Amino acid sequence: MTSSLLELNNLHVAFSTRLGLVEAVRGVTLSLAAGEMLGLVGESGSGKSVTGFAVTRLLDAAGRITAGNIRFRGQDITKISGSDFRHLHGAAMAMIFQNPRAALNPIRAVGEQIADAITAHKRMPRDEARAQALGLLRAVQIREPEKRMAAYPHELSGGMCQRVMIAMAISCNPALLIADEPTTGLDVTTQKVVMDLLTGIAAERGMATILITHDLGLAARYCRRVVVMEQGRLVEEAEPLTLFHSPQHPYTKRLVAASPTATSRIADLVPAEERGREVAIQVAPQSPPAPGTPPLLEVQKLVKRFDQGTAAVADFSMMINAGESVGLVGESGSGKSTTSRIICRLLDPSEGEINFEGQSIGHIPARDFHRSPFRKDIQIVFQDPNDSLNPRFTAFDCIAHPLLRLGGMRPGDALRQRVEECAQRVGLGLELLTRFPHQLSGGQKARVGIARAIACRPRLLVLDEPTAALDVSVQAVVLQLLDRLRREDDLAFLFVSHDLNVVRMMCDRTIVLQNGHIVEQGESRAMFDNPQTAYTRELVDAVPHIEPMVAFVS
Amino acid sequence: MTAATLRHAGWILRGNPLTGVAAGGVCLLVLIAIFGPWIVPYDPIVSNVSEALQPPSAAHIAGTDQLGRDVFSRLIVAARLDLAIAVSAVGISFAIGAVIGAICGYTGGRLDRGVGRFVDVVMAFPLFVLAMAMVAALGNRVENIIIATAIINLPFYIRFARAEVNVRRNVGWVEAARACGDSHLSVVLRFLLPNVLPAMAVQISLNLGWAILNAAGLSFIGLGVKPPTPEWGIMVAEGARFISTGKWWLVAFPGLALMLTVLCFNLLGDGVRDILDPRMRT
Repeated sequence: MTSSLLELNNLHVAFSTRLGLVEAVRGVTLSLAAGEMLGLVGESGSGKSVTGFAVTRLLDAAGRITAGNIRFRGQDITKISGSDFRHLHGAAMAMIFQNPRAALNPIRAVGEQIADAITAHKRMPRDEARAQALGLLRAVQIREPEKRMAAYPHELSGGMCQRVMIAMAISCNPALLIADEPTTGLDVTTQKVVMDLLTGIAAERGMATILITHDLGLAARYCRRVVVMEQGRLVEEAEPLTLFHSPQHPYTKRLVAASPTATSRIADLVPAEERGREVAIQVAPQSPPAPGTPPLLEVQKLVKRFDQGTAAVADFSMMINAGESVGLVGESGSGKSTTSRIICRLLDPSEGEINFEGQSIGHIPARDFHRSPFRKDIQIVFQDPNDSLNPRFTAFDCIAHPLLRLGGMRPGDALRQRVEECAQRVGLGLELLTRFPHQLSGGQKARVGIARAIACRPRLLVLDEPTAALDVSVQAVVLQLLDRLRREDDLAFLFVSHDLNVVRMMCDRTIVLQNGHIVEQGESRAMFDNPQTAYTRELVDAVPHIEPMVAFVS
Repeated sequence: MTAATLRHAGWILRGNPLTGVAAGGVCLLVLIAIFGPWIVPYDPIVSNVSEALQPPSAAHIAGTDQLGRDVFSRLIVAARLDLAIAVSAVGISFAIGAVIGAICGYTGGRLDRGVGRFVDVVMAFPLFVLAMAMVAALGNRVENIIIATAIINLPFYIRFARAEVNVRRNVGWVEAARACGDSHLSVVLRFLLPNVLPAMAVQISLNLGWAILNAAGLSFIGLGVKPPTPEWGIMVAEGARFISTGKWWLVAFPGLALMLTVLCFNLLGDGVRDILDPRMRT
């Protein structure tokens, strides 16, 4: 295997913590040929990023390589000195980080930063370095590169910042590029553009790339070989098609099942052999609403302007019937979060009507809505379970809070029973109720957030990207839970998401928002299978699918 | 939770034993403040001219002052007054400042700007001069020292609470509390304030030392507690007259008491920050 560029042999990385040594990577062996693109896939805590950091020697002080070695062009780079390693950095290997905005220096123009990266490895006059930086900005397809040279990171969008990062990473033509979640946090359309660019550049310049990601679809679309990591070990290595069509390892099976695709149904998210544990539920037959009854929620000509500026939401009208699930999709800045908060009555609309069961609730200022009898009927599940629970409340307090405030309950046995019942409904162990949020995992926190939202038996649940911060396997379970709760309680959902595959599964109808305007709406599957507008088509096309791109493979 | 916190405190103390020493010092000070009058060997007020200006000896371990009073006894008894002034002043400014600051930080807008400018104006004065002016105007009484010290401390708490609440006002659990039926006021008082208290505890500890110095300083220039009440600032002021004749103990011991007290509070402040900072809990 002299031809391989990078070889990891039985690599172990451990972190010294208060609880002793914690092994993050336990014996990873893999090799990468020059010019190859490898996907390193795993969920949080799988050790995928740590592996990348170990190769580039960016482990923080607490972490170190305890066994095994890393060979780069045949040389064991775990043994070489720091100053020798610095020559490798940038010139021979480069890294692209998850959050480009945080990785760029906020007080230096991006052109200068790229020039700095060039001069760090090659002596050359500053003007020449700037000229090269300009060429790189062109190479990463930034529009008006002359103007952008002088721009500061905060003046650029997330996608633009990531292009600048790529420009910096390729500035010295490294042989190896490690991209750690390069598009997490970017919109799907931006993600596609950035990834296309990255793979294009890598192929053109013959750079080997390790794509570290939690997104199986992304790895499948862009990589010829994918390795799956779980708890610091490699569990499976295969070509994407083989991996996704006939996964061998139980973990890979679970991961493949949990990744929503264009055709998956909620029930499919958990592998067949693990199903059946859930108690069959009785679903009340959904009777069509009697003619003449008003819809559960009716929104008409909603407008929201912030500080007299342009409208964040313009002319937004929709309705939701009881028990119906409606999706709201769009990219960041499309106004979907603003809309959901207005409907939740946490924010006041500038114009427009909101009717709940035929009664106008739009005119009640958000400041006073907490006293409205409809407050308990409209509840919300927040995006990030980590920051939606009060750090000083236990799980019990969090779930009890709306019952005390809105349910008119008093502390006592009845409240305890009710909280425990809610916890059971969302599958939260009762022993977890005494814990504080920082003692719970992401999935458990999500369950607490859902239990809190359904505690008062609302009629309409607004879900603001409820699974965006969760691992796919946790997302699968949470989505199943939400779907079951909806059918049990005849709940209506307004499901806000940027993930089209999730919305397609969860929602009967979907509304597509762009710049605060509705561009298309209709029955979810029909609309996504056959989008009528260019924007929706662009969104649908940008979603990475498990089938690899034929164009790229050829 | 409490067990975990204690374990964490133990971990911090092991890494930074000085915090333990400072905590011990503060505990000792509190005990002295409570039981001082019953444990002193001599009456701190009654003069005994025949024993005046004795250097430290076995009978008077810190010597005697110009009226023959035992300096050690006066030091011990003074702890209560000095501590009481500092604690009540800091307590008042904390209670008022935290609420005002939290409301400003949460609502923003005109109220926030108004209060912010007021705070800027107060902080533009030399604070000690401001305290002097207030005590001089209100009258030379203990309550007025407390009020003056509280007012000059107020801006720090307002700013601190404002900044801490401001970064949290758009956090998910604040919106969640609103959706659960809490009014804005209830969100500030029952959700945001408890969450910024740990950070403010550090400020309180640092401030206590500063408030003791402030009270002693006011007494030193004659604007505070009146003699013959034992108080560290007065003792330093009275002793200063004798320092040129070599009677060093009149100034040295009260000065040392002040210095050690302030040092203990400051060291404790640093330790409290480490204990309460969740980022320290790896």
